[in-house]
Amino acid sequence: MKTTQILIAGFGGQGILFSGKFIAYKGLIEELQVSWLPSYGPEMRGGTANCNVILSDTPVGSPIITEPDVLIAMNTPSLLKYVDSVAKGGQIYVDSSLIDAKVERDDVEVFYIPATQMAKEEGIATLANMIIVGHLLENHPELSFDGAKEVVDSLVPPKKEALKELNMKALSLGKNYKK
Amino acid sequence: MAQRILMKGNEAIAEAAIRAGCRHYFGYPITPQTEIAAYMAKKMPKIGGVFLQAESEIASINMVYGAAAAGVRVMTSSSSPGISLKAEGLSYIAGSDIPALVVNVQRGGPGLGGIQPSQSDYFQATKGGGHGDYRMIVLAPASVQEMASLTIKGFDLADKYLMTSMILADGTIGQMMEPITFEDAEPKTYEKPWALTGTECKRGHNVVNSLYLKPDELEKKNFERFEKYKHIEENEAMWEEYMMEDAEVCVVAFGIASRVAKNAVAAARAEGIKVGLIRPITLWPFPNKAFAKVLDKVRAFVSVELSMGQMIEDIRLATECKKPVMLCNRAGGMIPGPDEVLAAIKKAEKGEF
Amino acid sequence: MAVVFEKPKSLADIPFHYCPGCPHGIIHRLVAEVMDELGIEGRAIDVAPVGCAVMAYDYFTCDMIEAAHGRAPAVATGIKRSRPDNIVFTYQGDGDLASIGMAETVHSAARNENITVIFVNNAIYGMTGGQMAPTSLPGQVTQTSPYGRDVNHCGWPIRVSEMLATLEGPEYIARVAVNNVKNVRAAKKAIKRAFENQIAGKGFSLVEVVSACPTNWGMTPKAALEWIESDMLPYYPIGVYKDRSGEEK
Repeated sequence: MKTTQILIAGFGGQGILFSGKFIAYKGLIEELQVSWLPSYGPEMRGGTANCNVILSDTPVGSPIITEPDVLIAMNTPSLLKYVDSVAKGGQIYVDSSLIDAKVERDDVEVFYIPATQMAKEEGIATLANMIIVGHLLENHPELSFDGAKEVVDSLVPPKKEALKELNMKALSLGKNYKK
Repeated sequence: MAQRILMKGNEAIAEAAIRAGCRHYFGYPITPQTEIAAYMAKKMPKIGGVFLQAESEIASINMVYGAAAAGVRVMTSSSSPGISLKAEGLSYIAGSDIPALVVNVQRGGPGLGGIQPSQSDYFQATKGGGHGDYRMIVLAPASVQEMASLTIKGFDLADKYLMTSMILADGTIGQMMEPITFEDAEPKTYEKPWALTGTECKRGHNVVNSLYLKPDELEKKNFERFEKYKHIEENEAMWEEYMMEDAEVCVVAFGIASRVAKNAVAAARAEGIKVGLIRPITLWPFPNKAFAKVLDKVRAFVSVELSMGQMIEDIRLATECKKPVMLCNRAGGMIPGPDEVLAAIKKAEKGEF
Repeated sequence: MAVVFEKPKSLADIPFHYCPGCPHGIIHRLVAEVMDELGIEGRAIDVAPVGCAVMAYDYFTCDMIEAAHGRAPAVATGIKRSRPDNIVFTYQGDGDLASIGMAETVHSAARNENITVIFVNNAIYGMTGGQMAPTSLPGQVTQTSPYGRDVNHCGWPIRVSEMLATLEGPEYIARVAVNNVKNVRAAKKAIKRAFENQIAGKGFSLVEVVSACPTNWGMTPKAALEWIESDMLPYYPIGVYKDRSGEEK
């Protein structure tokens, strides 16, 4: 039995829920069991937002993550709030252009990615989230990069056609990111 | 096999309702169930259905009452404070013996409470809420798939027994996305000779009514209705058993709490504790048989609830208070972690209450 | 022998339970005559209120439903939206329509819901035994305003027709009275118009019928009819307050 619990946290407007949806859909086409649970309520209007995604090869129990295997932190409060909850041997993805703090744990793997800065340089400022997701795909063979386009195509509404290519660009940037 | 798609629990209810032949939805916005209304608003006009945002919860349930009386499949949805407002209509629908589907995606209470998930409307759903002697069939989905399947089941049961089916969900199941499949099946249809269709001057008039000024007539109506309820209690209870074969401790949980509880049961099993789970799927009728079956083997029960302990009373009744029942609960929108449930299981196993 | 007077087909052969001198019987009859004349008895569905007319389902021969107090327009909405080809009407009193059910009244009017509303205004709660209504006149003595309605304490009576006529939504709003033969004839015309509007798909049509409650007013039937003329109609003038199609003519 393999289960991966992914917690994505940041500000509303950073595409937290969207990146979670992307991962969940990717899991779906990989024929995994998945659950996606958003935070909801006033925080969606610009406060903190977070999203729980679980991928498993057996039916998902609770969709609520208390001990994530993967944490994607898109702002400092989120990192500080959840850093200690990450499972031993887990992964933490930090948007290092927005977060100065360092993770002071040696039992987890940490990826510092200046995603917001990279996104700005490429003129896709709102897609820092997908840069990090691109890197996560690279690290997770059960998800892999194959089929990412299919997922993007199904998630981006037809009215925003141009965003499809930009999302793919962001994912590639993350995939190829080297420290 | 039908295609797996990802869907929010609330949307699954709406889609399933449409597939069940429901073409009439009346509602009023309230978090965390508004996706149901939004889905209906988008879909209904395209399939010749009716979506109408009412001026209040009270108006919406009374529109449901009218539409149900007119013989169509009809539903409304709301969340806890809104269901309190609908209580009047629920009582009239019960007293008039007509079918309807009502969804409660629960949030914390009492009062305006909060908007985070809760199960604290258990009493309201299973013991009344509106005035008078009446029951509703209460279905408690624990997955997005069940949000859909129990919605369809709910319509069928409502039509079969001429009463309200309530989907008692919570904010988590409503908001979460999971893979779901829809089978292509024609909706079941039921004869409704009592419906208001106009007499066409060919029959006596149909009257949909809950008023009986003569007490003996009203008493008779109530006794008849409770004969029906008795039949439902005997035939329609649904539950799931998980690792119950040799269980000495039995966790009882429904909806989202059962998902957390399952994780805890699995963790306890890994530590060699003989524990299982009974998950009521119908809260009314409560699955008493599930408890009678295991009463000799199980030493203690643990009720896991997102309330101050409401279902626990039905567990005590179902077990005739022969075994201890312990409460493991969070309230107000908080959800226990599997570790909290695991700790409760261990206490129950050791007999520490 | 030639028949000169008979019961409308749309009325059942059951004696009314209404008090002696109560105009509900007249108003029921007007509605029934209109249904007969328009030939809609077979497709009419009436929503009965909570109030003195609560047992209207015994009297009309069309399909009937009993609504909760004040909710008749919402119930009618549910029926009409499910069966647009049926003729759906409510029959409500002043407590039902203008107090507890005011929201349902206003919003069904605002939606121009294609229903007909017969609103019987007799300025008092009849069924519960004579309490102050939202339409009780200033100074009017009732069980719950024993010293006369004090508008500084409990507010002013509501002129429903005038208020609804300010809405963009409704098709037809008229006030009539049943205190003399001339007015009864005019009332029937307005009621007929309200049903014709629905048949033609024009929308929300409400007829406010100024009526009497001799029992709870503590008057003889004759005195009650006179009180309509002397006290009610000055505050609630007869007239057509909104007539969208009429204006277009």
